[in-house]
Amino acid sequence: MDFANYDPDGASRGREIISAKIVVAGGFGVGKTTLVGAISEIQPLTTEALMTAAGVGIDDSSKVPGKETTTVAMDFGRITMAEDLILYLFGTPGQTRFWFMWDEIIRGAVGAAVLVDTRRITDAFAPLDYFENRKLPYVVALNRFDDAPHYELEEIREALAISPDVPLVMCDARHRESVKQVLVTVVEHAMLRLQAEHGYPASVG
Amino acid sequence: MEPRRDPRGALVRPYAVTRGRTEPLQNIALEAVLSSTATQSAEARFAGHDKYRISSVCEGRAQSLAEIAAYTRMPLGVTRVLVADMVAEGLLTLHSAAPATGFAARMNLLGRVLSGLREL
Repeated sequence: MDFANYDPDGASRGREIISAKIVVAGGFGVGKTTLVGAISEIQPLTTEALMTAAGVGIDDSSKVPGKETTTVAMDFGRITMAEDLILYLFGTPGQTRFWFMWDEIIRGAVGAAVLVDTRRITDAFAPLDYFENRKLPYVVALNRFDDAPHYELEEIREALAISPDVPLVMCDARHRESVKQVLVTVVEHAMLRLQAEHGYPASVG
Repeated sequence: MEPRRDPRGALVRPYAVTRGRTEPLQNIALEAVLSSTATQSAEARFAGHDKYRISSVCEGRAQSLAEIAAYTRMPLGVTRVLVADMVAEGLLTLHSAAPATGFAARMNLLGRVLSGLREL
């Protein structure tokens, strides 16, 4: 190519694009992908990571004889907020045995929403413990299923042993406005946590 | 590292393209965004089939590592090795390699995300 001074897209160069991510966790079938799809500008995509059952911690799995290859899939969506700002929403793999993947997903994340189905409330224990342990700010969102038993939010808080400072909200993962509210709650909570950690009085503008 | 041109291109399967390497030159985050200019994309034509596919995905629209893996249907680990090579070779531009650190930068980022969500 001999277009030394020709750079049609040069104008976009040098402008850093920042990305942020919010993690969506919860048990299998709780509606993580539905939630992501309700607000994402693209159809939720799936990224697959390969691992071998015996290969965790081993760099070259091809050296492991008789390996069983497992695919860990995670769904994610995208919201382009500005030319230089993109928000990604990552769903965690349903199986909690893939912790190594969770570590990768939460690194640098703004925070997380743990989706809860009142019919299978114990499914939320693993993600709650995990985020608590990793000090990632999280909110709990009760996904409303039509045939699910109705509980008061405070009953759920007690059942899940969630501390009073963790936001707990109702949501409908199919509806954009509801999902948007969940994500707003995640970011507000993350800001409050960050301010508190730095000794600022709690207030989000 | 010397830029490497692989003339075997499309004949090489994805795993072989990384020459068995599982460690990327740099550990690019899932959500880190990459872009390719028309000039970079033209260069990538000579970098082998898989790299050219990656380049095509990123031309005209910045894409995260996760998106590149999804669109090219390559496993995440393989994609990360190839993308890190391409950044080193100047075939892709890496944005936001590190999440905002420090209180002010972090608050600023969170504030922008918050107003971005509210405006949806």
